[in-house]
Amino acid sequence: MKLTLIDWILMIVYFVFVLGIGWMLKRHMKTSTDFFLSGRSIPAWVAGLAFLSANLGAQEVIGMAASGAKYGIATSHFYWVGAIPAMVFLGVFMMPFYYGSRARSVPEYLKLRFDEKTRGFNAISFAAMTVFSSGISMYAMGLLLNLLLGWDFNAAIWLSAGIVLVYILLGGLTSAIYNEVLQFFLIVFGFAPLIYLGLKDAGGWSGLQASLAGVSTANGFAPQAWTASWQLMGSPSANPMGVEWFGLVMGLGFVLSFGYWCTDFLVVQRAMAADSMAAARRTPMIAAFPKMLFPFLVILPGMVAMALTANAGASGFALPAKPDGSLNYDMAIPMMLAHYFPTGLLGLGLTALMASFMSGMAGNVTAFNTVWTYDIYQSYIRRHASDAHYLWVGRMATVFGIALSVAAAYAATRFNNIMDMLQLVFAFVNAPLFATFLLGMFWKRATGHGAFTGLLAGTMAATAHHGLTLPLNAVVGIKGGWIATLHGYPSEMAQNFWTAIFAWTVCFVVTIAVSLVTRPRPDAELVGLVYSLTERPRDQHLPWYERPAVLGVIVLACVGALNVVFW
Amino acid sequence: MGLDIRWPIGLLFVIFGVLLAGFGLASDAALYQRSLGVNVNLWWGVVMMAFGAVMLVLAVRGARTPAGDHQSGATDSRRY
Repeated sequence: MKLTLIDWILMIVYFVFVLGIGWMLKRHMKTSTDFFLSGRSIPAWVAGLAFLSANLGAQEVIGMAASGAKYGIATSHFYWVGAIPAMVFLGVFMMPFYYGSRARSVPEYLKLRFDEKTRGFNAISFAAMTVFSSGISMYAMGLLLNLLLGWDFNAAIWLSAGIVLVYILLGGLTSAIYNEVLQFFLIVFGFAPLIYLGLKDAGGWSGLQASLAGVSTANGFAPQAWTASWQLMGSPSANPMGVEWFGLVMGLGFVLSFGYWCTDFLVVQRAMAADSMAAARRTPMIAAFPKMLFPFLVILPGMVAMALTANAGASGFALPAKPDGSLNYDMAIPMMLAHYFPTGLLGLGLTALMASFMSGMAGNVTAFNTVWTYDIYQSYIRRHASDAHYLWVGRMATVFGIALSVAAAYAATRFNNIMDMLQLVFAFVNAPLFATFLLGMFWKRATGHGAFTGLLAGTMAATAHHGLTLPLNAVVGIKGGWIATLHGYPSEMAQNFWTAIFAWTVCFVVTIAVSLVTRPRPDAELVGLVYSLTERPRDQHLPWYERPAVLGVIVLACVGALNVVFW
Repeated sequence: MGLDIRWPIGLLFVIFGVLLAGFGLASDAALYQRSLGVNVNLWWGVVMMAFGAVMLVLAVRGARTPAGDHQSGATDSRRY
């Protein structure tokens, strides 16, 4: 694929804006609160779009399109069962504690609510995870740009790392948030023409359905397998995902999505930066509206790619194959960009793709520098330094975090197995987290010892479950079964969901059991941290469209309707 | 927070829109075979320009009634 002058101009204009925003914000970065929390001054709609965009790394865009091709419309469960209800819960029930406690990070909330060791466990695993995911994001981008445009892998990595470094150093979290909002619009405008062109080529929605019915029956499923999200969820063997409704709703919907959206500092940090409690609570709701439409932007192109591959459209688009003969689903969006976009629009699409990689990176780096500075450096290394010192440490942590990410990106090129293993370890650590937060926020009897033991037990339960089960047709090793194979799952996804369910349940039960035999903290210390001891935030003075509960009901009604329409 | 984000968004999209639409007008129709015969540069450029313009209008209106300003805070209940 060749770029022409107009593509380059679009790309360069965009990067000038990205760096320009950082430069404009430079003079506002005076205290550590400005740098790490945007001085808690971000309006709700900006925080909301950043909340959405921080998670909108390229892995999300590319991965969801790949799943759309592989599993069809059922991929929407990640949004309509997973993310959206969790975002509503965060805004209505959990935000009052994050924002109201004045904690500066999610681990710091754990310190206020429980104790130092629970915070330490969460802070250290989170910091390691963010650096690592930022590195993986960089690696994926280098690889893709190399494949698509023939750019040098090294140059792609260093250039993107350099740009992210400069704009975060200059403008801190505000710069990251502002750029995330810009990236949000860019991603929407950059990918939206794909839906139109792809559907046009596939013969509209009915043409798409007809082609995908062919794909379904060829794979041994009922004709609607790719175009119905719930109809075939009765048994794991009836749908391409290999999961049944219970594992889906509990594993993905309840444990994994609530665990991610409600406790991951990467997204929660955006809401914490909002300018008031009401704005912080509204942040995830504002994010929920565009989020529920994202399946059309990212999953639909994947489905179109699959339909056209099976039943070539007028223009002859087909997914490329991997060396082993299977389809390379990850290339759905990049190849469609290359296939349909003429020069000009192509520059826009590629800029959007790069923007999504960078927003993923920047989100991780800003979360990392905050947790490192407040929860590790200030807590364990140097306790009572001046604010200017912590601001300096935060800037250094940005440089250091990006350097580590680059190292992780290079490590990924050589030790792919180690990367897969690390990813697995982080999944084990994360799986039980939501049980800890749920008990912490809604059960005042939960103690620090209980929370810590529960987290450890949950992580071990996840590890053990993974070691004892194996997905169908998988080899013993990184995919599971490395202790013994006691149970087989119909798919890797089913195994993941059930690993999460086990981890959550063990953490929940152990936290309660240990809490009951350890000494609780006096009520007075828990005011503002636990539901029963905290005054409900008042929102009667707000107009109805700004009240979190009202917005939550509207969001859930819309998402319910979407589930029914694509049932 | 010092800078109203609607300014850079508006400006960027107006510039992108003008560049794309201008290129769409000037370019050869043969280029659009791959986009199924639709001059997507022109049409999408126009849409982006319109979006950018809306953002700029909002930014101008926002600058006239500064939100968060303690004097106008009482009258301006619509803080974004």
